[in-house]
Amino acid sequence: MSHRADEGGAGVSAPEALLSVQNLQKHFPVTKGLLKRQVGAVRAVDGVSFDVRKGETLGLVGESGCGKSTTGRLVTRLMEPTGGKIFFEGHDITHMSQSKIRPLRRDIQMIFQDPYSSLNPRHTVGAIVGAPFRIQGVQTEQGTKKAVQELLELVGLNPEHYNRYPHEFSGGQRQRIGIARTLALKPKMIIADEPVSALDVSIQAQVVNLLEDLQNELGLTYVIVAHDLSVIRHISDRVAVMYLGKIVELADRKGLYESPMHPYTNALMSAVPIPDPARRKDRERIRLQGDVPSPLNPPPACRFHTRCWKAQAICKTEEPPLAELAPGHQVACHFPENADKVTAPAAAKIAQNVEDALHPKKPVA
Amino acid sequence: MTTGSASPAPSSFLELRDLRIHFPTEDGLVKSVDGLSFKLDRGKTLGIVGESGSGKSVTSLGILGLHKGGRAKISGEIWLDGEELVGASPDHVRTLRGKKMAMIFQDPLSSMHPFYTVGAQIVEAYRIHHDVSKAVARKHAIDMLGRVGIPQPDKRVDSYPHEFSGGMRQRAMIAMALSCDPELLIADEPTTALDVTVQAQILDLMLDLQREFNSALIVITHDLGVVAELSDDILVMYGGKCIEYGSADDIFYRPEHPYTWGLLGSMPRLDREPTERLLPIKGTPPSLINVPSGCAFNPRCPYRDRTGGKATTEVPQLLETEGGHLVRCHMPREERRAIWENEIKPMMEGQ
Ligand SMILES: Nc1ncnc2c1ncn2[C@@H]1O[C@H](COP(=O)(O)OP(=O)(O)OP(=O)(O)O)[C@@H](O)[C@H]1O
Ligand SMILES: Nc1ncnc2c1ncn2[C@@H]1O[C@H](COP(=O)(O)OP(=O)(O)O)[C@@H](O)[C@H]1O
Ligand code: SF4
Ligand code: SF4
Ligand SMILES: [Mg+2]
Ligand SMILES: [Mg+2]
Repeated sequence: MSHRADEGGAGVSAPEALLSVQNLQKHFPVTKGLLKRQVGAVRAVDGVSFDVRKGETLGLVGESGCGKSTTGRLVTRLMEPTGGKIFFEGHDITHMSQSKIRPLRRDIQMIFQDPYSSLNPRHTVGAIVGAPFRIQGVQTEQGTKKAVQELLELVGLNPEHYNRYPHEFSGGQRQRIGIARTLALKPKMIIADEPVSALDVSIQAQVVNLLEDLQNELGLTYVIVAHDLSVIRHISDRVAVMYLGKIVELADRKGLYESPMHPYTNALMSAVPIPDPARRKDRERIRLQGDVPSPLNPPPACRFHTRCWKAQAICKTEEPPLAELAPGHQVACHFPENADKVTAPAAAKIAQNVEDALHPKKPVA
Repeated sequence: MTTGSASPAPSSFLELRDLRIHFPTEDGLVKSVDGLSFKLDRGKTLGIVGESGSGKSVTSLGILGLHKGGRAKISGEIWLDGEELVGASPDHVRTLRGKKMAMIFQDPLSSMHPFYTVGAQIVEAYRIHHDVSKAVARKHAIDMLGRVGIPQPDKRVDSYPHEFSGGMRQRAMIAMALSCDPELLIADEPTTALDVTVQAQILDLMLDLQREFNSALIVITHDLGVVAELSDDILVMYGGKCIEYGSADDIFYRPEHPYTWGLLGSMPRLDREPTERLLPIKGTPPSLINVPSGCAFNPRCPYRDRTGGKATTEVPQLLETEGGHLVRCHMPREERRAIWENEIKPMMEGQ
């Protein structure tokens, strides 16, 4: 495997990118019958590209099944990608062998959604949080206990609870244990998959604050996967919106939430219930029809066209590229919303795309 | 168990009076609902909010009479349209389910039978209360499925629940619950398992149907956004008790209970500039076996020292602060209002 970071061509990563993902794909085969004949594939992640800069938080948001968790698992190399490239600190880690990947496992850690099933119920907190030290052989037994107690304190747990078992803790405390475990090996980057969605509102806020404090203290870089747009807005510097295995919009927080350009992003935001009774009367909500189509058989060209109120003929034939329509604001749509924010050259480019589709220079077979 | 005290029937369509539902367990008595009272009229929506384990689901199952005959100890009164249900026989309460009152559950699969088609289940529910032929009931089922937005209802009526997506199942369950035009509809976390775009469709649907049938609606959720969208009145539950009750405006614009402040401050919101930090509630919700003495919220309350030692010794009463707005807190009203106006509200607005 090549280790050259400049291989990706168009998506050459900026120097400060800690992680760079280029055209990443994961297709799960669907088999049928005794012979397990492959009859199709779930295109869970289907050509996703993004950079994560050192010290920032990238939020990954979208509805159930759009491929958020799969993206997280691919990036942490818990899963083999079907295609595309992953660079970490400039090294191509896409298909790096298990032996080579060991140091990487220290650098990139993952936090899971379910604080109940992700901790072994038969192990003490000390054993759980200390396990990474033992596996990687980086500490003595005495040193481990001290290090674990420091970690427990760091995440706001009582260090004296070293010998307790997971069931003796509440959901929020268990999530803290999970966070302490990921911090053991001083990772550079943490991928958190729905880190707060299983928690009660009051506890959710505790864990969100903890993640922010740890980032400031330890200089961590985060990728946070969540379906909750309000949580993602609170915690992220930049946000990527996914729909059916693709990123449809990627922008800094302010740009995305103040002037969302992809129709799907607009629909998502307008669907979030607002905790303000006065607003319910004057709200104009975008009503999407139907459910998300199956990723087994996603709609051609723009995958959102079956539910999009702006869809035109071109949306069913030409896939809109994820293009920078405003500074730092990438959108995959032929007819973006908040069009006044689109730069003149970008506007000319998308108009040209539409024109080309209407009057193709070469006849399409 | 009945109270025996034959108090006069209320004028409201639904009224709970001091409802208690306790479960004896090996670890001790679980006081899941501990003295709950409220009223609800036809055409109105009550939102019940609270974190997990605060007693919301036990309350809703209790109203439907689904704890009867189990090990639950039930006391107090539940008046539905002039009839008292705590003292009524389980058989009688069963006949009220479907037509008089119905429920939408969080998990549609739990209330639908996996081996029968969606249509067959609606037909059966409908025919319990309506003496009609199968063909007429089937037509009604197709009608209801169409009304809740299931595409091609004449075909989908013969599908099994597992053949539906999560959103469609939830809609089918709503169709089932509404097939007999219930006068009281209880929705327990009706959209918690759904994506926001589907949630928005379901909330719209519930509002439309309620308007049409003028039914009384109870929406139970932990999502303050959902209650704000739907509710006329809101009841905040903590540790099996109501700690604050009022109109939606009372709860969102002039809340007086420290727990309600905590809920509001914990929640990031899309309709405001993001604050630097969320304002969580410290600690964790109480166990309902060992509810803290005095005010159940006291171990987590930043203001417990302002109640002259009463926070840990005396259970505060649920008292009216103004215009039907009830608060369960020892702090004097003026002090609560000053804290909300001068400390909490400015912090939540980010300034
Ligand atoms: N091991 C697998 N085999 C087959 N299909 C899979 C597998 N894992 C995930 N998928 C499918 O891939 C798609 C994306 O799944 P993924 O778990 O990444 O979604 P998600 O965005 O994290 O959704 P959620 O919000 O529900 O967690 C879904 O259609 C899912 O059913
Ligand atoms: N059948 C039962 N036996 C014993 N305890 C129960 C039973 N049902 C509910 N509880 C307890 O009652 C409390 C309230 O539960 P519930 O009403 O389901 O909470 P929620 O507010 O999350 O809906 C919890 O502590 C729960 O464990
Ligand atoms: S490309 Fe067309 S269908 Fe797709 S989001 Fe844009 S307008 Fe809608
Ligand atoms: S009674 Fe005391 S402890 Fe309870 S909420 Fe009021 S101030 Fe807090
Ligand atoms: Mg997921
Ligand atoms: Mg419940």
